[in-house]
Amino acid sequence: MTTFASISLMTTLASTDVMTAKLTIIAPEILLFIGAVVVAVLGLSRAPAVRRSVPLVTSLFLALSIAVTAYVYRLDAVYAANVPMPELGSYAKIVIAVIGILLVMVGSSSVDRRLEEAFDSGRAAFDPIRVMRGEYFAFFLLALAGAMLLASTSDLIWLFLALELASLPTYVMVAVSRGTRRAQEAAVKYFFLGAMAAAVSLYGFAMLYGATGTLDLIVMKAKLAEQTAAGGLSALAVLGGVLAILGISFKLAAVPMHFYAPDVYEGAASHTTAFIAFVAKIAGVLALFSVLSVFWTSEGLPATLTVVLWMVAVLTMTLGNIGALLQRNVKRMMAYSSIAHSGYILIGLLAGAAAGGYQAALFYLLCYGIMNTAILAVLASLERAGEEVETMEDLAGLRQRHPILAWMMAASAISLIGMPPLLGFFAKFTIFTAGIEGGQTTLVIIAAVNSAISAYYYLQLVTVPMLGTPNARTEGVHTIPSAWPRYAAVLCGLGVIVLPIGVSSLVKAAAVVGSENAASPTADSSDNQLNAR
Amino acid sequence: MLKSLSYLLLLLPMLSAVAIAFAPTKSAKWIAAASTSVIFAISVMFAWAFTGWSSGAIAPLDAVTPILPEFGINISLGASSVGVMLILLTAFLMPLAMIGSFTAIREREKEYYAWFLVLEATMLGVFLARDAVFFYTCFEFSLVPMYFLIAIFGGAERRAASIKFFIYMFFGSVFTLAGLIYMAVQYKLQIGNGWSFDLDTLVAFSSNPEHMSKSQQFWIFVLLMTGFAVKVPFFPVHTWLPLAHDQAPTAGSVILAGALLKFGTYGVYRIALPAAPVGAIELDQFFAIICLIGIVNAALICWVQHDVKKLIAYSSVSHLCFCMLGMFSLNSVGTTGAFMYMINHGLSTGALFLCIGMIYERYHTKDMDKLGGLFRRMPVWSFFMVFFTLSSLGLPGLNGFVGEFLCLMGCFTADVDAVAGYPGLLGPWYAIIAVLGLIVSAMYLLIMLGKIVWGPLREPLDHAHTSHAASALPRDLSLREISILTPIALVSLFIGFYPNPMLAPIGKDIEESLASYPKLVEEYRQNGSLVWPESAKSDGVARTELDTPTMAKSR
Repeated sequence: MTTFASISLMTTLASTDVMTAKLTIIAPEILLFIGAVVVAVLGLSRAPAVRRSVPLVTSLFLALSIAVTAYVYRLDAVYAANVPMPELGSYAKIVIAVIGILLVMVGSSSVDRRLEEAFDSGRAAFDPIRVMRGEYFAFFLLALAGAMLLASTSDLIWLFLALELASLPTYVMVAVSRGTRRAQEAAVKYFFLGAMAAAVSLYGFAMLYGATGTLDLIVMKAKLAEQTAAGGLSALAVLGGVLAILGISFKLAAVPMHFYAPDVYEGAASHTTAFIAFVAKIAGVLALFSVLSVFWTSEGLPATLTVVLWMVAVLTMTLGNIGALLQRNVKRMMAYSSIAHSGYILIGLLAGAAAGGYQAALFYLLCYGIMNTAILAVLASLERAGEEVETMEDLAGLRQRHPILAWMMAASAISLIGMPPLLGFFAKFTIFTAGIEGGQTTLVIIAAVNSAISAYYYLQLVTVPMLGTPNARTEGVHTIPSAWPRYAAVLCGLGVIVLPIGVSSLVKAAAVVGSENAASPTADSSDNQLNAR
Repeated sequence: MLKSLSYLLLLLPMLSAVAIAFAPTKSAKWIAAASTSVIFAISVMFAWAFTGWSSGAIAPLDAVTPILPEFGINISLGASSVGVMLILLTAFLMPLAMIGSFTAIREREKEYYAWFLVLEATMLGVFLARDAVFFYTCFEFSLVPMYFLIAIFGGAERRAASIKFFIYMFFGSVFTLAGLIYMAVQYKLQIGNGWSFDLDTLVAFSSNPEHMSKSQQFWIFVLLMTGFAVKVPFFPVHTWLPLAHDQAPTAGSVILAGALLKFGTYGVYRIALPAAPVGAIELDQFFAIICLIGIVNAALICWVQHDVKKLIAYSSVSHLCFCMLGMFSLNSVGTTGAFMYMINHGLSTGALFLCIGMIYERYHTKDMDKLGGLFRRMPVWSFFMVFFTLSSLGLPGLNGFVGEFLCLMGCFTADVDAVAGYPGLLGPWYAIIAVLGLIVSAMYLLIMLGKIVWGPLREPLDHAHTSHAASALPRDLSLREISILTPIALVSLFIGFYPNPMLAPIGKDIEESLASYPKLVEEYRQNGSLVWPESAKSDGVARTELDTPTMAKSR
């Protein structure tokens, strides 16, 4: 993949300075590529200890990439790299890596667990063909690297390749995450629909190229601004924008590209569900940042795109929440809730960078990653007769046998509702504030209604584990031998409770987005919109 | 001094909750009783040291801890005299409710008392908040402890009741949040001085015709009221209350009636009315009619209840609608009455729930058809029951009368300037219909008394004196139970006979809060509409006489 990226770089760039600068800011990704190769090799080792070290090595590389990101984004190279949103990466990449480490903890022992047990007990001889852990975590790192690359996009080819890099490994991860047919079915479904969505967005990109004659985002933005000034965008550009948004909304699991989410989330193992819920979402949002930033003018987005995004946002949150109301399977419920959260995030995108919308969306992603991982980590740390725990019935009375897990689940669920003073409230608060400031008051009110609807199903995650009575079915529910998913659940749960203390700096750090992009609605224009109402 | 006391009021309940979580189970109730009593003592000291009694000012103003400075969000504490009274009420009821639970709660005691203390912290937080987001945080987070209290310790339908309670409340208050954020965003965009979530700043800002157009004010009022209306509760959205009251444990009902319901009325008084006078005036009659429907509707429902606790719960709906009717008279008499009503409703309904809880502990039923003539068995209990029922229906000489009379007077005389100081918007007809509700309320309360206190003795066959749980309780009230009810009765008597020490400071506070109203109401009454710039910014020339309804509260 590195060669791919470099080829696209060489073809589009003349100056070697820019080239070096670009390579500098993707240092964290390069590190993860190296990590992917290393863990893939380690996973094939004969020595069980080496194989067991794979998750540890994975998280080491992620930790290292945090450090590298923190270092790289202090250099001047960031601004020399000709990237439309130069500082975006400094927050996004760290968020991706931090949540990535939590996700490694959740999934650390689950992949290949049965196989490893069989090796240990001597029931099976070691077979490098059958072990999957190395590949799984290699793909894990590749997908994260893809998501990170999206934060430093400078042209459409890069955008598309990074988007695919963030997607393709996840299809495999879903398939191998657990040895059931359902996982494979989910993976196939995910793959075909994902391929279709990629085709749609690629078609959109092609149209954008046709309309502007360039792939470079900064040049394209200038060309589109010229078109607007000369009497309006060409239909081709608008259509291209719409198609690009629709294609990318697959990653967000936003309506109308949301159909796969429940099946895929349910089919994959819990730890992989947590992974795709977060990584696909942040990849989609970062991609949308780039695409939308091309269209922003001082007047805001073109009307067509606003309407499309507006409808996508409303439908996404409403259908997601209504769908979630009907579920008894926690993973399906979390899938629908993930759809709904995409809707909330879209408010931030509609509000625009100047109103703090991008900042709010990024911060929301961090919070969502923590809360969602907490819930799925609780599920991942439980099993019933060797099967995953996924239904509400399995969780009944969890508090009596695993109080800490039940408390963490309850805290995260209450936080997902948006209850102050937990983390989820601040996420919603920043989004709502940005939305109103960006002139989207109606949308914010619809979101408020939706978050009230969501209270009903999230409360189930409080009521059933905390207050339900254990029954014969739940007698069989035990924690899995590895303690890591539990640690992840506790870390995330505590994060939900404790992070609000430091919320100020978390929000402030996200403000780096779009400082370059500030040619969007100024205080005046949104003011007029509001007064006109 | 005042500053540290205000922080202490918030911190102490939280710390005690943590202490209970780590203490042995046996000591939980003693810690709870002790700490709530200490908190009451602190609240008395707070009231003693409070500097705003005569001026209606908010104090202390220096208790500010920044939380999210980028958004101008702080924990800033302070109360006006109305807030201080409600703080006193809350802190007064808490130890009584805690001591009242000693025998009723025998399982999961730690959780019970810990959640109650968390609840107390949020309640005090609501009345102490000077910051919109902190207010909302406490307003909203109070749902969590109450949810657990109902869901764990409630009656047979506790699960449904707790979820209904949570969803209704949450559904309403997200709109309030949207309204608050809208005000703050407008403040930021128009003043250009960064964010502020300070309640007084926002209120002063949004009530100013230069900043908010007519339709903006209208929608702000609607948004804010949606959350408060569910909490009050107003007529169509009141259905959570009877269920929650009925299913909650006794102490939960006491606190729910005594303090939690006051969030709604307090919110209307503190935020909605001052922030959006235009919206309030234009929607005044609409809300007054909703109140009337609520009064009569709930009173009629009470009439056919068989369950004592449900009866009191529905009477709560009726009473709070009455209270809101007083407030929507929009004159100082009515609003003072509404405020007195809040306090008195907290006292007498809280005490009634305590009385019913005592019966329930003994007989395990709340059914009026199964109980009767209890005066023969429990004369002391009967005395208190009759006392608080009379106070609840507003017998002159007891506390209930003061609020009821003032509410009615404010409403009745609203179209006469002289009596109320300045005109309100409602008129005699509203008062007349409200009185009908009062008559029905006297009827059902007296019927209830007639059934369970007087008449031939009826006890459930398998009544609790044989069962294990209540065997520790004497037939009539124990000393502990008497000592819970007596203070409430004394306070009720005192307010009934000598309400003036409360009325004077409240009047001052209300005058300042509603400073912009007299002029606007007068104009509305004469023209049937308000002249208010339709679009605030573009129509920049604000009318001179409307130039300064900016709260005199820029304290």
